[in-house]
Amino acid sequence: MQATPGAGRIGHTGMTCYVHADSLHCVGTRDTDWEGVRLHVVTGKGGTGKTTVAGALALALASGGKRILLIEVEGRQGIAQLFDVPPLPYEERKVAVAPATDGRPGGDVFALVAEAESALLEYLEMFYNLRHAGTALTKLGVMDFATTIAPGLRDVLLTGKAAEAVRRKESGSPVYDAVVMDAPPTGRIGRFLNVASEVSGVARAGPIRGHADTVQKVIRSPETAVHFVTVLEEMPVQETLDGIAELRGLGGGGIQIGWIMVNMTRQLELPEDQLRAAADGSLDAGELSVGLKAAGLEDSQVLATYLVAELVEQARTDAGQQVQRRRLDDVRQPCYELPMITDGMDLGGLYRLAAALRAQGAA
Amino acid sequence: MGHALPPQPLDVDRLIDDRRTRIIVCCGSGGVGKTTTAAALGLRAAERGRNVVVLTVDPARRLAQSMGLTSLDNTPRLVPGVGPPAADTGQHATWQDGTARAGSLHAMMLDMKRTFDEIVEAHADPDRAAQILANPFYQSLSSGFSGTQEYMAMEKLGQLRRADEWDLIVVDTPPSRSALDFLDAPQRLGRFLDGRLLRLLVAPAKFGGRAGLRMLNAGFGVVTGIVTKILGGQMLKDVQTFVSAMDTMFGGFRERAEYTYRLLRAPGTAFLVIAAPEPDALREASYFVERLAQEGMPLAGLILNRVHRSPAAGLSAARSLAAAEMLQAAGSSSRPAPGRAAEGRAGQQNGSHALAIAALRLHAERMQLTASERRLAEHFTAAHPLVPVAEIPAQPDDVHDLAGLRAIGTAFGGE
Repeated sequence: MQATPGAGRIGHTGMTCYVHADSLHCVGTRDTDWEGVRLHVVTGKGGTGKTTVAGALALALASGGKRILLIEVEGRQGIAQLFDVPPLPYEERKVAVAPATDGRPGGDVFALVAEAESALLEYLEMFYNLRHAGTALTKLGVMDFATTIAPGLRDVLLTGKAAEAVRRKESGSPVYDAVVMDAPPTGRIGRFLNVASEVSGVARAGPIRGHADTVQKVIRSPETAVHFVTVLEEMPVQETLDGIAELRGLGGGGIQIGWIMVNMTRQLELPEDQLRAAADGSLDAGELSVGLKAAGLEDSQVLATYLVAELVEQARTDAGQQVQRRRLDDVRQPCYELPMITDGMDLGGLYRLAAALRAQGAA
Repeated sequence: MGHALPPQPLDVDRLIDDRRTRIIVCCGSGGVGKTTTAAALGLRAAERGRNVVVLTVDPARRLAQSMGLTSLDNTPRLVPGVGPPAADTGQHATWQDGTARAGSLHAMMLDMKRTFDEIVEAHADPDRAAQILANPFYQSLSSGFSGTQEYMAMEKLGQLRRADEWDLIVVDTPPSRSALDFLDAPQRLGRFLDGRLLRLLVAPAKFGGRAGLRMLNAGFGVVTGIVTKILGGQMLKDVQTFVSAMDTMFGGFRERAEYTYRLLRAPGTAFLVIAAPEPDALREASYFVERLAQEGMPLAGLILNRVHRSPAAGLSAARSLAAAEMLQAAGSSSRPAPGRAAEGRAGQQNGSHALAIAALRLHAERMQLTASERRLAEHFTAAHPLVPVAEIPAQPDDVHDLAGLRAIGTAFGGE
């Protein structure tokens, strides 16, 4: 486990504490425990690994005999790629099995590629018995308008699908223990989740408005939490801070902000003085060369200068990351750290990330 | 399968030095450094003698600041501190025709609502324009409809091109669900604005009588019924006022979208696809490359940002890890029994090896990362062997000033 030693939950009722590298977070939770969250919305700037983290979270939540639905809303087929299965249709399909651990049984991850057009047809059929109106609607451009042009309509249809899956029951009990949504990037998350007010531009009354209000209730309930995936670089951290501020500023019941998932972390395992030396470029290549020679590597002097260059670069990156970490500390949200997978992201890597999330108490 | 052939190198300098290149469109998925690449490209072209304007859609303040501007707005602003071609780069001080290579750089950020308002103001008399600008449906359309940003980016590009004040326009495409939205959204919005639906909503009876659409007659009542039911009556009223006020412009929206679409296919336009060595970004890049080929749009090549390299590539990940493990094992077996004096010496001994162990582990990770990035790049090139590629090394620090942008530009030049 490359996660920060000692990271994890040391909480007690009503108060949850998280420890990581250089700070202690104590975050008062609301009346509900995190356990009560059934819709996990995962957002993040492009390139931060949002889909991967959403997949790892679904796997982590599934362990212990749970049934989890992972929903993709941007039509990229990212989930299929991640779990190495053929492209997914508009249909809930099992894509992975969580491993049994520590005597706990495994669980199932299902996936759905939610798609606005199908959701609209489903909606029309459900409420107006109008499934066959589809062709006429497409010809007249209504379909285009509703699913790609009108602000908010598409989002209502997609978030509506997730809300429906959360509430769905079979013989009295929920079909899914939790739903994880691979949501749009941080720059669009506020608008995406603020459905009721976004559709007001085109629907101030009528059933779409009613539907939007229902979806809004689910999103603003304690059953929903929005998690931010970031890497420790300036722009993604800025977008995370902006996104959190935006959601906090929405008011009217508020949207619960969940975890900050710090992805692709990597730390140099060096004593403090050598870390400092690496960061200011005064690292002793001679000393390194002795070590390399002891390891039986030829050309140890030349090699040492190369490796010093790599250490210096990494130390500078680390120093920059510490600055970004402190900026994240200021928003006082629980943080989880996900190690950098350097040997290519595959199913094995995904299971490693899920294990890291579990070890830190995310599930 | 044989060994993968390396891609052709992308010669960015040749592209920007060619004065026939008038528009460069940077596209790719979010988070790959598109905006920074566009800015770096603009700066390099300006410092090589072109008069450049960079059109960005990214509101990141940091980028404006790195260009010495407090903020960017809908008007091109001159970027201070852009130098002439340095004498030591071996560049000629004049172009082949004898004119001086005195470049400049302007930058602007698209304000989609402002751009839309300006179109309305230019095409309607003041009273009518005021009426349109105040219409709730128009306000929603100009600030919230998806596709409006792409449409207005294209519109702005067309305006800059017609103004003919710059000889090179570098465009950074809007962040959207898919990189392809940049090509599709303007036409989709144009179709909607000029299309049947809006007219139908305004005057269903009249519209229903048109020849050629009779077959749909039976469906009309139902469709307007649904639309009214779903969206509510107020929107219909707003749309009706909007459409009657916009009457003179109807038919024009699709035309405008098509004009810029044609501009993108014209000689003088070049597309650069930007990606990072990650599966999602390269998959998007592949889609884009295929789509551009289908549309007959000129692709200059792929810029692969944030590529990791190692100066010690001769030492493999496996050997590096093995060496680290060996040192670690030696360190723990030679550890003497606890004792104050001995502990001090062991700490020293262990300390020197700790540095080597950390360095070797880091190097192993770097080599693994390099190898997985290489695999991804090779997959792309195997699928698109004719697409030239330029690789830009990962920068340890974020870009904060012109010097930072210049450093990226230097990497374009393959230096």
